[in-house]
Amino acid sequence: MVRGASLPIVVRQVTKTYGTVHALDHVDLDIHSGEFLTLLGPSGSGKTTLLMVLAGFTRPDHGSLKFGDTEVIRLAPHKRDVGMVFQNYALFPHMDVAANVAFPLRLRGVPKAEAARRVEQALEMVQLAGYGGRRVDQLSGGQRQRVALARAIVFEPRILLMDEPLSALDKQLREHMQIELRRLHEKLGMTTVYVTHDQREALTMSDRVAVINRGRIMQLDAPRRLYERPANRFVAEFIGESTFLPVEYRDGAYAYAGRRLNLASGSVPDGTPPSGRCLLMLRPERLRILDREPTDPMNVLRGVVRHVVYQGDSFLLQVELGDASMVGLRGVSTSDAMAGIPAPGGAVLLGLSPQDTILLADEGGRA
Amino acid sequence: MSDRPNAAGLRRDALRERLGLFGLGLPALVLVLVTMILPVGWLFWLSFLADDGSLSLVHYQRLVEQPSYGRIFRATFEISAIATAICVVLGYPLAYVLAQLPLRAANLCMIGVLMPFWTSILVRTYAWLVLLQRQGLVNTWGIKLGLWEQPLALVHNLNGTLIGMVHIMLPFLILPVYGSMRAIDRDYLKAAANLGASPTRAFWLVFLPLSLPGLFAGALIVFILCLGFYVTPAVLGGGKVIMVANRIANDIEIFFNWGAASALGVVLLVLTMIVLYVASRLTQLGRVFGGHGT
Repeated sequence: MVRGASLPIVVRQVTKTYGTVHALDHVDLDIHSGEFLTLLGPSGSGKTTLLMVLAGFTRPDHGSLKFGDTEVIRLAPHKRDVGMVFQNYALFPHMDVAANVAFPLRLRGVPKAEAARRVEQALEMVQLAGYGGRRVDQLSGGQRQRVALARAIVFEPRILLMDEPLSALDKQLREHMQIELRRLHEKLGMTTVYVTHDQREALTMSDRVAVINRGRIMQLDAPRRLYERPANRFVAEFIGESTFLPVEYRDGAYAYAGRRLNLASGSVPDGTPPSGRCLLMLRPERLRILDREPTDPMNVLRGVVRHVVYQGDSFLLQVELGDASMVGLRGVSTSDAMAGIPAPGGAVLLGLSPQDTILLADEGGRA
Repeated sequence: MSDRPNAAGLRRDALRERLGLFGLGLPALVLVLVTMILPVGWLFWLSFLADDGSLSLVHYQRLVEQPSYGRIFRATFEISAIATAICVVLGYPLAYVLAQLPLRAANLCMIGVLMPFWTSILVRTYAWLVLLQRQGLVNTWGIKLGLWEQPLALVHNLNGTLIGMVHIMLPFLILPVYGSMRAIDRDYLKAAANLGASPTRAFWLVFLPLSLPGLFAGALIVFILCLGFYVTPAVLGGGKVIMVANRIANDIEIFFNWGAASALGVVLLVLTMIVLYVASRLTQLGRVFGGHGT
């Protein structure tokens, strides 16, 4: 199996309502050819509905869907020629591994000898060479996962869809499979749309991530940008940990607790009205403990340590600021760092570099 | 303090729990013993007694020597097989439709399927007699609508017997088939479609094979229950359809020959058990070849 052709996907105005609920609300999305794109969102956000629209299992109310230049929105699922890995794998229990993987080839009338060769090749690709004769119920979860993957790629579809394929695996195997899926994607190069509710998985695997909530795409960006420059409060809260502090805008500058904030370019996302109420986003790992007032343009927060939580590879410091809001600080738990943590009740000086200082529009509570 | 604290007490508790469970099952166990095992054992014993009360195989000898008995057994198996086949042909598609319906609608329809269970077999059988006879509802309307010209012989023969049997047996087929169809994960069919199977091919390649265990179980239940039918052939067969149970009744009612009747009963029981055994072996084979069993 070699790197094959792939197709871009164009989604326009796709809407699906259940009663009065918008599962998908006029979704526009361009997925590049050969890209690994993840749909990330909480349960009920519409991410799975969108995937099912791509596969043809959910009929939207209206909208357009193109694979390449071909409109496919009304095309039956079995004519779409996309591979799909189901959440529960959906391996046929009455067929052995080889028959499962050969199923799409059998439907396409591929001669037996060639089908057998391609099945073996696909199984090799997912590191299950020689497993063809096994029954499905003799396989472990991870092996079923691989068989499902082999079955989805054996007919060399130009688009591959995956619906939370790793959610049933334990943590270690999941992390292993994430890397393997990514490797396979680089090898085969088919356009891949991946659905997950696991933000770390999304950040680890994707070229780009579309964060979905209430049937809308909240932000579509590369993982790093998504984490460091969230477009709104929902994305900031959904990806990573964060606390928000109210910021005042006065005389052309932003200030928190009376102190003017030092900003870097990109600290204020486009479209944030400077006069409106703003929030300062704080990520625990971007804060650091300072010994004294800094001389460089660093932003400083004063507070009192309330709790110190030891978490093995890291520690979490909960600090109460002057206005009674709590912020977290996370640090790597080296012996030096642990020794430098003030005891609960002690005063502490927190530093935040201008590059990590992010302001967001206050949309009034959770988006 | 011993090195196995509370061992004796814990063992006693376990025993008490088991005794409690046994006690719950006891009434039914006694009932089965008194109403099933003892009478069947008594008949079994009777079948080995000659008319003068001595031990003998005379009744079984007669079964083998008189060709009429062989014919009755063959007819019983044939009628049961035909009735089962008709049940499969009628019941499988109905179960399929029910399995595709939303659960609420399917449950409503299922009440319709189960309705016949709530009236006695005898009443239903006589109702068919009324419907199917020469001047019955079916023939009158069929002629009136011009579907056929002469009254059809729908009753007092094999036709009537089969109609009555299928009517009674259909729920026994539909229930297990419907159950096994409902248990099929919809994702299998989605996966089949995604991999390129049209709805028709997805049915033949995925749905049908996965529903076979239920179909097999249903057909087996129907076939075995058919083997013991009495009322329906007696009422709707018009004396022309004689199954083993009818012959047993004749032997007792007309000839007062308990020994002969018992021997017939024993042979029917043994044959039924053989059918069950073969069927269970077949399903196990099916599992080896990748059946749905787990």
